[in-house]
Amino acid sequence: MTFAALAFWVFAVSTIGFGLIVIFARNPVHSVLCLITAFISVAGLFVLMGAEYLAFLLVIVYVGAVAVLFLFVVMMLDVDFTELKSGLAEYLPYGLVVAIAILVNVGLIVAAWQFPDDAELARQHPYVAAGETGLATGAPTNAEALGLLLYTDYVHYFQIAGMILLVAMIGAIILTFRERTGVKKQDVTRQTNRTREEAVDVVSVPTGKGI
Amino acid sequence: MEIGLGHYLTVGAILFAIGTCGIFINRKNVIIILMSIELMLLAVNINFVAFSQFLGDLVGQVFAFMVLTVAAAEAAIGLAILVTFFRNRGDISVDHANMMKN
Repeated sequence: MTFAALAFWVFAVSTIGFGLIVIFARNPVHSVLCLITAFISVAGLFVLMGAEYLAFLLVIVYVGAVAVLFLFVVMMLDVDFTELKSGLAEYLPYGLVVAIAILVNVGLIVAAWQFPDDAELARQHPYVAAGETGLATGAPTNAEALGLLLYTDYVHYFQIAGMILLVAMIGAIILTFRERTGVKKQDVTRQTNRTREEAVDVVSVPTGKGI
Repeated sequence: MEIGLGHYLTVGAILFAIGTCGIFINRKNVIIILMSIELMLLAVNINFVAFSQFLGDLVGQVFAFMVLTVAAAEAAIGLAILVTFFRNRGDISVDHANMMKN
């Protein structure tokens, strides 16, 4: 067994194992931590497949942002999670039936599927194919090849992706923004409009008396 | 044993099934449902990258990139809605999310 095969089995088993813990864990914090580990395992699978750019994007975007956001929300919300967990045994049969049905369906497809004869056409893309990157000297790396594709043929999709993220950011801010009254807050307009008359009170203090 | 396309697709299929199962068995807990959706999108990404690699066509990775973007946006919006819902109701049980019913 080669090292790549060994690495595949390690990452595959840890992906599935931690994925199972995500949905079965009693404590949601454990779920989030196992989600992070599953993401890192899948990033390892992506590296094995030669998609380094997506692998590190997965680590940065998911582990660095999304999973930490989940962790933040789970810890911030004061929820009784044991009560939410109560229906597990009740719904487990339905979940298992649907999961096994999907698994059988996809398994049949995977078992019966073959590359079509004209699959070579797909390989004749003008840019360097993913499987060939990094093999020949001077060939672009995965990130370079993806950039060549993303900034030329798919530049509009790239822009739309940016717009989606912008809309999501604005939406999240607006949804969670809350104007609170009665909080001591800096008001710059009031500060700069303050005049000498309202700020300074001149008092003539008699000698020896104090105020 | 040579690791082929089928191995990666099997991992993707199992992860997708786990995500679907997670939605069913945790149907009271919105946070775990969101996490299950993330798992399913991750399984889809595994399939895209595997086909991209074994067909030798980078466009699959471009599409996986788009899926990643949408998943990140969806998680951000979903959690923001969750925080607002918790602020209004005091809990996040799906069974209590029927304010708009009447």
